[in-house]
Amino acid sequence: MSHIDPILLALLIPAVGALAIGIAGRINDNLRETVTLVTAGLLAYNVWGIAPEVLAGGRPGLKLFDVVPGLEIAFNIEPLGMMFACLASGLWIINSIYSIGYMRGNKEKHQTRFYIFFAVALTATMGIAFAGNLFTLFLFYEALTLSTYPLVSHKGDEKTVRSARVYLGILLATSIGLLLPAIIWTYSLAGSGDFVLGGILEGHVSGPTIGLLLGLFVFGIGKGAMMPIHRWLPAAMVAPTPVSALLHAVAVVKAGVFAITKVIVYIFGVDFLFAEPSSGWLLYAASFTIIGASLVALQQTNLKRMLAYSTIAQLSYVIMAASILKPLAEVGAAVHIVAHAFGKITLFFAAGAIYVASHKTELPQLAGIGRRMPWTMTAFTIGALSMIGVPPTGGFVSKWYILAGAFQSDNYVAITTIILSTILNAAYFLPIVYMAWFAREPEQDRVEHGEAPLPAVIALTITAALTILFFLFNAPVLELERQIVEIPQ
Amino acid sequence: MSSWTPHLPALQVVVPLMTAPLVVLMGDRRLAWAMTTAASLCALAIAIALVGEVGEQGTMVYEMGSWAPPYGIALGVDAMSALLLLVVAGASTLGLLAAATSVSTEVEHQRQPHFYAAWLLALAGLSGILVTADAFNIFVFMEISSLSAYILIAGGPDRRALPAVFKYLAMGTIGATFYLIGVGLVYMMTGTLNLADMEQRLADVGDAEPILVAAGFITVGLALKAAIFPLHAWLPNAYTYAPNVVTVFLAACATKISIYVLIRFDFFVFQANLTEHDWQFSYFLMPLAVLGILIASAVAIFESNLKRLLAWSSVAQIGYIILGASLISVTGLTASMLHMFNHSIAKGTAFLALTCLALSISRLELKNIGGIAKQMPWTMAAFVVGGLSLIGVPGTAGFISKWYLISAALEMGDLALPLVAVILIGSVMAVIYVWRVVETAYFAKGTGVVAGDTIREAPLAILLPTWIAVLLNIWFGLAPSLPVELSGNAAELLMGHLR
Amino acid sequence: MEYLGLYNYWIAVVLLMTGFYAVIAKRNMIKKLIGLSLFQAAVFLLYITMDKVEGGTAPIFTADGAGQIFSNPLPQVLILTAIVVGISTTALGLAIVVRTKEEYGSIEEDEIQQMDGQETDSNEGSPKNSDFFVSARKPRAEDRNV
Repeated sequence: MSHIDPILLALLIPAVGALAIGIAGRINDNLRETVTLVTAGLLAYNVWGIAPEVLAGGRPGLKLFDVVPGLEIAFNIEPLGMMFACLASGLWIINSIYSIGYMRGNKEKHQTRFYIFFAVALTATMGIAFAGNLFTLFLFYEALTLSTYPLVSHKGDEKTVRSARVYLGILLATSIGLLLPAIIWTYSLAGSGDFVLGGILEGHVSGPTIGLLLGLFVFGIGKGAMMPIHRWLPAAMVAPTPVSALLHAVAVVKAGVFAITKVIVYIFGVDFLFAEPSSGWLLYAASFTIIGASLVALQQTNLKRMLAYSTIAQLSYVIMAASILKPLAEVGAAVHIVAHAFGKITLFFAAGAIYVASHKTELPQLAGIGRRMPWTMTAFTIGALSMIGVPPTGGFVSKWYILAGAFQSDNYVAITTIILSTILNAAYFLPIVYMAWFAREPEQDRVEHGEAPLPAVIALTITAALTILFFLFNAPVLELERQIVEIPQ
Repeated sequence: MSSWTPHLPALQVVVPLMTAPLVVLMGDRRLAWAMTTAASLCALAIAIALVGEVGEQGTMVYEMGSWAPPYGIALGVDAMSALLLLVVAGASTLGLLAAATSVSTEVEHQRQPHFYAAWLLALAGLSGILVTADAFNIFVFMEISSLSAYILIAGGPDRRALPAVFKYLAMGTIGATFYLIGVGLVYMMTGTLNLADMEQRLADVGDAEPILVAAGFITVGLALKAAIFPLHAWLPNAYTYAPNVVTVFLAACATKISIYVLIRFDFFVFQANLTEHDWQFSYFLMPLAVLGILIASAVAIFESNLKRLLAWSSVAQIGYIILGASLISVTGLTASMLHMFNHSIAKGTAFLALTCLALSISRLELKNIGGIAKQMPWTMAAFVVGGLSLIGVPGTAGFISKWYLISAALEMGDLALPLVAVILIGSVMAVIYVWRVVETAYFAKGTGVVAGDTIREAPLAILLPTWIAVLLNIWFGLAPSLPVELSGNAAELLMGHLR
Repeated sequence: MEYLGLYNYWIAVVLLMTGFYAVIAKRNMIKKLIGLSLFQAAVFLLYITMDKVEGGTAPIFTADGAGQIFSNPLPQVLILTAIVVGISTTALGLAIVVRTKEEYGSIEEDEIQQMDGQETDSNEGSPKNSDFFVSARKPRAEDRNV
């Protein structure tokens, strides 16, 4: 095994795992889930094994082959991608544990198909994380869209299919309609699409064209869910909760903001964009999305939809942080990907756990639920605090860095946005927390229920613990991400 | 082998042509099928050998009966024709492999030898167009292939095939006759029929007006044959009511061969000898291509008959091919050639999947395939891959040509933005029409299935060629160096004739 | 007088347009085919005309034929081929007309279109097998139901 390149292995493990899951699914359910867990474990072991090398300044790469001259499938691990891969592969294990509890507890159909496409989606995620150029990124980006479609439409009823159509339609249309021309344009301008620290576009393009190209990228990467192309995310809420967790925390939206950050840092170059006034609109667009999505979230009465809009707002945090174009803010953007992942996956796990145990989905129904599901609601509370950015949770760390970056460049738009949105976050999360713990359970829809299935509780406890641990032990991530803002000697 | 090598261009045509009468003599349909398939495989082997030869030594010229041109008829194979020979022989072979299972449900047993003979004649005709270097020869081969195509289409099980094929026959004949007029005019001015000779002698012709008229006749005539929008009226019904395997074969290559002649004639003969002809060529075809892409895609979105849906998609995809050529640049022509190759693989796959479906479902309507993916997972998976390739999703063959096409459009300066927009809007429309089918097959409830149809997965014998096509889609999506290289060489060759 | 001298060409053009008009405007399939034949014949005439050399004879080489003028034999040979193609097309077209008559009971395109239109609308009365190679398809469920 050791002779195979670890990058290749990171792609092969989930791909082969998907096959093995398919075969195992025909034999026995337990075997299938064991295979899933083993695959997830192997992948995490492999991916985390690469991290020390990257942390030490290594940049392992792998060139697979030329599709056509100048257009190659190549991988190159840099800190941002390393972090994303570690995050996704680590959360996959937890998510799989949770899935077992959720899918069995809910007696979902087609479980084998579910696990297969989950593994395929992870293959695509690894490809995105390690992509060495725009073309490779695009290849796996599309693969991720397509492989998550069966997951989103899992239930297969008419409403689900309609929502899944919105999901696929928006993501494919933006990627083909905007991202692809942006990529081809970049290739024709710069002669390559390789991710190089400091950017490759400097000297090849100038003036308002930069703003236009940036727009094509940012809106073309629809997974980043900038308004007005965010609609697919609430639509995808029809999916089973583990899939929502995959979408919101593990892979999909993270792939979006990851790709946007990567394009800003490695294609445009932070300094190049900072010097160019026409790229300034991005900050305003992201700020608008943060405030807008938070206001919409405030009005939601369905828990998962509220979480979806919260995600949209949080994603734009990352984009806004990246668009501040200051070193500390870039670090904040990267760290926020991790912090938000832990927090949001906890919230979704909690929402799913509530659904499995009591079939409750609406906010008013949650009154008093804390006493029936103490573990779940404790985790939910921690997740909510992290979203607001209260110490001692992970959300505080990233917000700290983003703010620091904003002050570095005296960017008052960003500062105001952060303060405003923190208030809004508190306004829609705290009432739920209060209600769940202190309000009386409503009489009319009283359901006798206890905690969710054990695997689900284990999973959400782990992620809640991670949210807090990330506040305390974030040095390696910071260390890793500092490297993207300084050119290594 | 090596002593045969120089004769390969001739053998490419002779093998199927000579096998055709023998097939008629076969009483048994299985024997007829086996012979036809053997001949087609042989043609494929020759095509592959020719690709290798062209790669090594460049253009191959073969003098029929050792009569030197311009007196004798010369055959010539260069990168452009080699690429398309591969398409023609490959499409024919895959279609025939599928025919073993499929044709018996559509064509009466004792008539099948005739059916296969017509198939071989079509193959010979299409290959003939590609290998010959003689303008009149092209006409003859074109009519051989067209006449046999009419026969094949009329073999469809639905009576509506008859009016459809009649329309095709009328329009096809008009197109061929227009071409003949054009060739006649050039012959009048030059006294030669050899394409290379024409180009040289036209340089000495003082009066350019008849040449321009000839170019007009030839372009319009071939546009009719190639179903370039708005001259596509014959195509949707002809593809819809033809036997399924015939649709696989013809949709994959028939119209492309006409585009090949159109491009070849125009670049090899006219471009060097007419002032501002690149401009005329470009401004005549580009609007048609753009309209074709947009309108035909829109029609496909609202179409509910699966075969007709794909047929309309073909009209749109022809638009892409023409668009690439009308840019008159190396990249554009490369994209055009490449799309001929890739689209034939994509569309062939999609139609092969429909052929599998047709074994279970008597009417290929959208409402009849609700939830069918459960019973026919392999068939629908093949359709999905073919569809993705049509859309141009990365990792499939269709993506490569779209990449080149957009790159070429970006080189166009002021026109870049609208052209790129058209290509992308077309792609998004393709997403819609492909996904309507996929969604119905995977998620709709099986309400519309006609009573009496027993739905089960297609037999292995037909899944095999379908999945070969699927794998080709992915193979040429990830390792497209062969078609890209051939297309690039062809484009350089064509651009070399520019004034 | 120059234009009158080119009367062969004029006839070719007139024939061409007449045939073209018939193919497009006539709704009767036989008339369309007649138009198509005329259309092709016009082109044959065009080719024959161009090979004529003033005062030329048939291109037969005689032993003492030095200095003799021949008409160009090549277009004649070409057009022989084209005539064969034309005949084949017409024959095939007529065969299709016969089959259409058998299936639809009409060779008027309007009427055929009407019949087809009804089929798609009501979606019953499955079209009868109309195989060019004589019907082959087994009756399907929908045929039985009607």
